[in-house]
Formats: sequence, structure tokens, C-alpha cells
Amino acid sequence: MPEQLVFAMEVTLNGLMTGVMYSLVALGFVLIFKASGIFNYAQGVMALFAAMTLVGIQDGRVPFSHVINAIFGTHIYDFGWEVPALLAILLTVIVMIIFALLVQRFVFKHLVGQEPIILFMATIGLAYFLEGVSDLMWGSEIRNMDVGLPQGINDWIDVTTLEIFGYGFFIDNLDLAATLIAAILVMGLIAYSQYTKNGRAMRAVADDHQAALSVGISLNYVWILVWSLAGIVALVAGVMWGSKSGVQFSLSLIALKALPVLMLGGFTSIPGAIVGGMIIGVGEALFEFAIGPMIGGATENWFAYVLALLFLVFRPQGLFGEKIIERV
Amino acid sequence: MLDNATEGYVTADGRQIGPVVMEMKGITLRFGGVEAIRGISFDIREGEIRAIIGPNGAGKSSMLNVISGFYHPQEGEVFYRGVKRPPMKPYMVARQGIARTFQNIALFEGMSVLDNVMTGRLNHMKVGLLGQALWWGKAEAEEVKNRAKAEEVIDFLGIQAIRKTPVGRLPYGLKKRVELARALAAEPQILLLDEPMAGMNVEEKEDMSRFILDVNDEFGTTIVLIEHDMGVVMDLSDRVVVMDYGKKIGDGTPEEVRNNQEVIDAYLGVSHD
Ligand SMILES: Nc1ncnc2c1ncn2[C@@H]1O[C@H](COP(=O)(O)OP(=O)(O)O)[C@@H](O)[C@H]1O
Ligand SMILES: [Mg+2]
Repeated sequence: MPEQLVFAMEVTLNGLMTGVMYSLVALGFVLIFKASGIFNYAQGVMALFAAMTLVGIQDGRVPFSHVINAIFGTHIYDFGWEVPALLAILLTVIVMIIFALLVQRFVFKHLVGQEPIILFMATIGLAYFLEGVSDLMWGSEIRNMDVGLPQGINDWIDVTTLEIFGYGFFIDNLDLAATLIAAILVMGLIAYSQYTKNGRAMRAVADDHQAALSVGISLNYVWILVWSLAGIVALVAGVMWGSKSGVQFSLSLIALKALPVLMLGGFTSIPGAIVGGMIIGVGEALFEFAIGPMIGGATENWFAYVLALLFLVFRPQGLFGEKIIERV
Repeated sequence: MLDNATEGYVTADGRQIGPVVMEMKGITLRFGGVEAIRGISFDIREGEIRAIIGPNGAGKSSMLNVISGFYHPQEGEVFYRGVKRPPMKPYMVARQGIARTFQNIALFEGMSVLDNVMTGRLNHMKVGLLGQALWWGKAEAEEVKNRAKAEEVIDFLGIQAIRKTPVGRLPYGLKKRVELARALAAEPQILLLDEPMAGMNVEEKEDMSRFILDVNDEFGTTIVLIEHDMGVVMDLSDRVVVMDYGKKIGDGTPEEVRNNQEVIDAYLGVSHD
């Protein structure tokens, strides 16, 4: 097999795994948009906040310690304990659910029936507010994320591909784990929305608010539910990205990676988000591999958008053609 | 003339009509300067078919929306089973056993007929989020039970052939029927129907009339029916409220209403389809 083709295969595999992560972030957007028509600009910051909270809890750091110390003249920073990863994840999930409750109660409950642009603006405000809260709560230093996910080259793949192609693929165990977890999460979400009472209610609200009300569904409840789920998705995305490159502000920029995915997959389609993420992941990796060296590299920053824009021109309704929901 | 007995009575065709289950007292509803409902009072008895008629814009749909909690009147009170009802969200009203259909059809267009009907069962599903995760067996048993009920309703309305069809693809008449199926799946005590026969051909109208009578007869469901077609109303209903320009201008049996001069002037004089 020609060498270039083998390299391209490796690149495709890596791109696919990155793509699944994009899908995960995009999914957070889709969940909220489908049920409430809100484009949640804060999704990326939610991932940052979730990751910060997880690391903070794990390390036993005192939340808001700077504020507390400034007011009471104390010098407390740590509880002096370490929390096991699983427990810390559970606690972070609870924090994200509380966040969902507060967002619904204090922001969106008062904006029911407003123009989408107003709702969007509100999420921009929310993003900057949450960023500030995150700083106040946990500080703004770069943190290491370690929840026990495997890291480093996968030897089995390295050896196997070396035998077959005479060239060992470099596939990171972390990417493999992330892909697996993302896949499980996505399947879980689909099963949840298809077969559970709450899932049915979610789909109903996404389809028609009036009809949903008439069968006894509380919109408020469903909105809290989707914000909670989006928070959990953000946490998972935050853990993946954080484990890879540390928990820091730039983590919130993963949201930018989800936008082209949404343009491609449609804002209301869960399958669209998944397949869209993979196409973008593979597309940008292959483009960088094939064309990047000729034009000085770093094409990942913009190629996804070009791909998505091209797509928009030819298929404005996105991959799976679900129509854009009109709000009443 | 109807008796005032609180106990109820037996109709000519032998159905038992019970005591008053819902009472509207002095309802006034305004939209800005428009008074859609002006000080209307009437009651609904258990097990009866209660019609609300009147020309377009009379305020009939508004009244149904007040009953189902979609609109909240500025004045007046709603009594349900003898208790004054506080202002309620529509989903709370639905959970009290009051189901409805809409004049302009509100279905889940992206879902299949069966899924639409299943949403009518949501209030009967008890096992929640954690229960479903931890106690799969029980959740499954419940799903099976609710599914059976949904299928029963689908059979009852004769829409087995389209069970799996996405609702968005159905013609208007069938959509109306699916909407009725979803409401019935909730096993409501009171069923509110806003012009269930509007836009239907004669045959479809006959089918729908028969379904309404069957539901009332077999399950004893109280039905509040808004209808434009005078003939249909006279055939179906036990008692009729007549509205015009937001006011109540008649209330009684179909014969009483038909012979009421004010009704004849205001309503029968107006052309309607
Ligand atoms: N949501 C609303 N906002 C403003 N006006 C409304 C609304 N709903 C109904 N109306 C007005 O109330 C009046 C009664 O309407 P409606 O109850 O739909 O009458 P009907 O069902 O008897 O045809 C009409 O003048 C209508 O324009
Ligand atoms: Mg009407």
C-alpha cells in the first residue's frame, strides 16, 4: 500500500475521533435549541465551568475562597482533602443541575415568548457572567485534569498496524477513551429521549409547545431538564478537552468548533450533530494533511467553516433536512 | 325545561347525567381593548355533551381556552368539582383530567401517530427518571400497559392503518382524528373539543359525530363541544350555550335554544358554513 494512503488512514482515524468530540459539543447546543429555540452561546463556557468545578472539587479547593478571605480576613484555600474522581464527577453533575435550575428560574422564565435574538443575547450575557463566576469560584489559573483516563500511545494499534502496513499508527488512548465515552453518552441520550417519560416530554416540547401543554407537560420542567442535560454534556466535553490540554479559558472556545458542525448537521438534529461532527473532524484533518503543507498549515482554524459554508449554499436545511423550527 | 336538581337526570335516550362538575361564574376576558368574553356564567354537568355555539369571533375558543388554562380571565371564577380553581397553567389543568383538541390542530407533526397518542399517556406514567434507570422491569411493564391503552384508543377510532405514519403527512381529516385519539388516550374526565368537524366532508363529519357519541356513551366522558354546524349540535348535545360578541345569549336544550328569539336573530341570521 502506498505510504501516503497509510498516513491518510491514520489521519482519518484521528480526525474521526476529534470529530466525535465536536459532535458532543454540538449536541449540547442541539438539546437546548430543539426544546426551547434558544441558541446557547454559553455552551462553551459551561464546559469550562464544569471542568473547573470538577477539578476544584477533586483537589478539595474552597469555592469562592478569595471572596471569603477578602470579607472575613481569613486565609482558607483548601479543605485539605482530595475527592475521588467518581464522587467529584457526581457532585459536578449536581452543580450543573443547580445551574440549570437557576438559569431557568432567574433568566429564561422571564423571557418566555421573546424574540429568538433576545434569548440569544441573554445567553451571551450568561456566558460572560458564568465566566466571571467560574473565576471567582475557582480562580483563573490553568489546572490539570486527571480523572484516571488512560493516556499515551495505544500499543496494540501501534503494533498491529505496524504488522499490516509496515507503519505503526499513533493513536492516543485518551482519544480512544473519549470517543468511546462520547459514543456511549450519545447513545444513552438517544435512548433516553426515545423511551423514557421525560424523553417523550422533551420531544413533545421540541415539536409543539401548545400541544405539549395540552397533554400535561410543564415547559418549565422540560427546559430545566434540557439545560441539565446540556450541562452534563458540557461536563463530559470539558473533561475530554481538559484532560488533553489542561483546564483553562481556551477550553470555552471549543464552542467555536461546534458551530460549523451545527451549520452542517442542522440545529435541531441529533443525528445531524453526530454525523456533522465526524465529517468536520475527518474533513479538516485530511485537508490539513493533504493541502496544509502547501499553504503553510494551520488550516484547522478555518477549514471547518469553509466546509460548512459550502454546505449551507447547497443544502441550507443541513444534512438531515429537518426544517428550522419557527417560533410562535 | 331542565330541572335544577343537583343530582342530575336521565336523558331521553337513557344516559345518566350527573351533578354539575364545572361551573363558570361571571367570566370576563379581555385582550387589550377587545372583550372576548363578557361576564359569562354557565355550568357543565357530569356525563353530558355540552355545546358552545355562536358566530365566528363570538368568543367560543376563548372560553375553551379559559377552561383549559391557556387564557386567564380578568374577572370571574371557575369551580371544578365544587372547589374554586386558582389560576392554573394548562399543564396543571391537563393533569386534573381535562383533555382538549384545538381548532387549528396542535399535533406533534414530527412524530408518528402512535407516538402522538402515547404522549396522551404521559400523565399516567409514574416511574420517573431514576426509577427508569434503576428499575428497568417496572418501567417496561408500565410502558407495555400504556402502549396497550394507546393501541386500544387507536382501534376505537379506526386509525390502525396509519399507526406508524408521521402525522405531518396525514390529510386534515385524519389529523383531527389523531388529535382526538391523543386526548382520549389521557382517559380524561372532561374532554374539550374545539370545532372537531370543521373543514370535514359529510362522511367524515358523520364518523366524528359517532365517535363523540360513543366516547360519551361508553366511557361516560363529559364533553364540551364547540361547533359551527347547527345541525350537528342539535343532534349531539344535551345542552347548548349560545355566544355572540362575547356575551351569552342563550342556554338550554337544543329545542329551547332553537326557539329562543334572540338566538334566532343573532346567530341563525348570520350565514355560517
Ligand atoms: N390570543 C388572542 N389575542 C388577541 N385577541 C384574541 C386572542 N384570542 C382571541 N382573540 C379575540 O377574541 C375574540 C374571540 O375570538 P375566539 O374566541 O377565537 O372566537 P370564536 O372561537 O368564537 O370564533 C376575537 O375578536 C379574537 O380576535
Ligand atoms: Mg374558535
